[in-house]
Amino acid sequence: MPSLLFCGPKMAACGMVISIWGVIMLAMLGIFFSAKSAVLIEDVPFTEEDIRNDKNPPQNIYALYNQVGINCFIAAGVYVAVGAVSLCQVRLNKRQEYMVT
Amino acid sequence: MSSLLRGEEMCLAQLFLQSGSAYDCISELGELGLVEFRDLNPNVNAFQRKHVNEIKKCEEMERILGYLLREIKKAHISLPERDMNPVAPSPKHIMTIMEQLQKLEVELGEVTRNKEKLQKNLLELTEYTHMLRITRNFVQRTTEQEPLQVHYEEFPFLEKDTRMDYSSMQRLGAKLGFISGLIQRAKIEAFERMLWRVCKGYTILSSAEVDEYLEDPDTGEPTKSVVFLISYWGDQIGQKVKKICDCYHCHLYPYPSSNDERNDVVEGLRTRIQDLHTVLHRTEDYLRQVLIKASESVYTWVVQVKKMKAIYYILNLCSFDVTNKCLISEVWCPVNDIPRLRRALEDGSRKSGATVPSFVNRIPTTDTPPTLMRTNKFTSGFQNIVDAYGVGSYREVNPAPFTIITFPFLFAVMFGDLGHGVIMSLFAFWMVRYENNRKLKNTRNEIWNTFFEGRYIILMMGLFSVYTGLIYNDCFSKSLNIFGSGWSVKAMFKAGLWTNDVLRANHFLTLDPNVTGVFKGPYPFGIDPIWNLASNRLTFLNSYKMKMSVILGIIHMSFGVILSTYNHRHFRKNYNLYLVFLPELLFLLCLFGYLVFMIFYKWLVFTAKDSRHAPSILIHFINMFLMQGEAVQPLYPGQTGLQVFLVVIAVLSVPVLLLGKPVYLYWLQNGGRNRLGMYRGYERVRRNSDEELCLLRSEDMEEGSSHSDLTSSGEHLSEEFNFADEFLHQAIHTIEYCLGCVSNTASYLRLWALSLAHAQLSEVLWAMVMRVGLRMDTTLGVIFLVPVFSLFAVLTVSILLVMEGLSAFLHALRLHWVEFQNKFYSGTGVKFCPFSFSLMPSSFEHDGLL
Repeated sequence: MPSLLFCGPKMAACGMVISIWGVIMLAMLGIFFSAKSAVLIEDVPFTEEDIRNDKNPPQNIYALYNQVGINCFIAAGVYVAVGAVSLCQVRLNKRQEYMVT
Repeated sequence: MSSLLRGEEMCLAQLFLQSGSAYDCISELGELGLVEFRDLNPNVNAFQRKHVNEIKKCEEMERILGYLLREIKKAHISLPERDMNPVAPSPKHIMTIMEQLQKLEVELGEVTRNKEKLQKNLLELTEYTHMLRITRNFVQRTTEQEPLQVHYEEFPFLEKDTRMDYSSMQRLGAKLGFISGLIQRAKIEAFERMLWRVCKGYTILSSAEVDEYLEDPDTGEPTKSVVFLISYWGDQIGQKVKKICDCYHCHLYPYPSSNDERNDVVEGLRTRIQDLHTVLHRTEDYLRQVLIKASESVYTWVVQVKKMKAIYYILNLCSFDVTNKCLISEVWCPVNDIPRLRRALEDGSRKSGATVPSFVNRIPTTDTPPTLMRTNKFTSGFQNIVDAYGVGSYREVNPAPFTIITFPFLFAVMFGDLGHGVIMSLFAFWMVRYENNRKLKNTRNEIWNTFFEGRYIILMMGLFSVYTGLIYNDCFSKSLNIFGSGWSVKAMFKAGLWTNDVLRANHFLTLDPNVTGVFKGPYPFGIDPIWNLASNRLTFLNSYKMKMSVILGIIHMSFGVILSTYNHRHFRKNYNLYLVFLPELLFLLCLFGYLVFMIFYKWLVFTAKDSRHAPSILIHFINMFLMQGEAVQPLYPGQTGLQVFLVVIAVLSVPVLLLGKPVYLYWLQNGGRNRLGMYRGYERVRRNSDEELCLLRSEDMEEGSSHSDLTSSGEHLSEEFNFADEFLHQAIHTIEYCLGCVSNTASYLRLWALSLAHAQLSEVLWAMVMRVGLRMDTTLGVIFLVPVFSLFAVLTVSILLVMEGLSAFLHALRLHWVEFQNKFYSGTGVKFCPFSFSLMPSSFEHDGLL
């Protein structure tokens, strides 16, 4: 079985750190978007028409909020996967270091 | 009393060491790291000192150890664990170590030389084999080409003979000779040309490249060589060819005259090469074994030699007493450690088996002792950053314990972001948690070492940044709405001021706090989150942060001025309290303290209703100096009178500061001389043998009055008091202080500037990076958001944490060093460097060999 190790120990550690940070921060962003926080209004991709042509305001904007929130949750999920890969790399690196010395 | 506030009390002590036990006593002292030795032979050259031979021996051993370590490193042998700490060897053992090292050196040298010789032999044999193999191809080629060749009229007989036949050549009277060998590929062209020019066509050169790389014996690099075969007519040509070959550093080998001879030689060579390979292999194995055996004890030897050399160096600093039986040395020692010093000397004497013990004796001195601050792993970082500016003078107030809180606080005021503070704290927590991990402690990377040494500072900075992040309500440039905003937009609609038409017609609308229900009260902790959505956010925050910076600055500076009282009282200069401290404090508080008072007054007294006619504090402050109270509406009744009073006091305190101290000292000097002399004499009788008197006198005489020469006998008390010098010194101090008050107050505005910069950078990063990822359509959005977040994370760490962090660190440090410390700190002391083996780095570690 060819070696599954493709990055060194420092790269794997960086990957771990960014994954953990990504999971926590994107999950919290997802929660805040789902809670329709006003501070995040600039990050929601709404246009003038959304506001004007709204049948029952503010449902359009709320729908957009939910969309972005779900995006964030999915990205958090991707980072969980990246974190798992990084964890594997870290373990493999440790094992290789142990075997050599 | 010794504490972090003031530094340890030090004394000068004399050690009387018996000759036999001097070595062991100093070894004990080196292990403990208690005292700092003074050089008693400053006029003696390094080569004239007593123990110069022993030091030479130590250096010889270090040379051998360096050679050993380099060989071990070349052979890629790893050294075993380095946790042990062997003591310095006694002089008897030094000879054994020296012998062992010399034996090892000789052995290693021999084996290495043998190996090189064998390798050279191998190379020669390999080259010879190549040459034979390749020239066989030449011969075969020429024999093959024979039938195809055209008639050469000049040499018609060659057609008949298919083999090179010497006899037919000799019949012609010309002798055909062959020279064969190898030459470096780079030189073959020039070689060929030279041959042609010199021998004018009487030689034929055939050459072919060797396929594999051969190691060049001189440089050790693999090079390509070319095998050549020169056939020539005549002896003289032969001589010339040989000389040319010499020039070009060719390796010549005898050319076999017949095929059978060639085959024999090839067989012989093959066996010899095989033998050589075996011998070489065995030699390398033996060398490796020798090195492995040496590597087990090399670290112990390194430490022992280092300690030995240090002890002899210290022994060189001592001097002999009159009887020549015992060594005297002078040391600086903390007063509290004298019992430990005595015990160490007893231990040393006992170990060396001396009958007469060595002892220690305190002696009075007028020299200023070095400064020692005892720190633990937490306080040492802060002490280091204070010492970087200047080590404190002996027994003056140490700013370090206050810096533990004020420095992270001022950093956090400039850094103030909750998210960044959390990341910084986590990084510092990780370093603190793994601080005993050897890999982290012993890396060579300078930058990493700097961060690691300051891990507690970074931890404090991070925690304080979390606090100020909550106050500024800033987390990755977004505000957190924890308690519910104090502003209500709905109330504007309820009051009828805003309708849908108003909304459509205007881009920007202002919430009016005077309308009922709009402003429900201040946010409980920090800045209201609604300001994150406001377009006039910076206008509000700038005013708030500027005032906050000035307030913090005045408090910090006043604290510095108050700390100077500790120094005045400790050094028994109570007149300084009235003539220096009081005018300074009055000047600072009457002018800038009043400014702070006005800021608070305006904040408390004026509400939203009065906002239209709220006064500008700056105008009032300027009018205070210009004495124009009538131009504007007073803030409170009696303001004009109070301001005039404060200005008068401030102005009056300047001449007091300028002239008070010099005049008082002059009066003391001349007017009160008799009284002074009697007072001093009385003190002298009372405290005859107390060193306190000497130190007291020395401290009294150092400050202020410049005394040219106070001899150590100190009997004549007529102090040289130079009025001009003292006056000049005080004038400089006054000007510096008064102008400094104004400029330093303005300097604290960097607290506002940097926090604004940090907030803006953070906002720009979010808007340009994260927002792009979040505003994408769903289909692409998710895939795009993942790398966008990575980019955001990397940029946050590199720009906002590292760059802004370093910037805020630097400015907070500058505020401490200049604005805070120039109010009370002189920082002209010398740091106490104890003689301790653990503090001495090994030169091998520096070279990366250990």
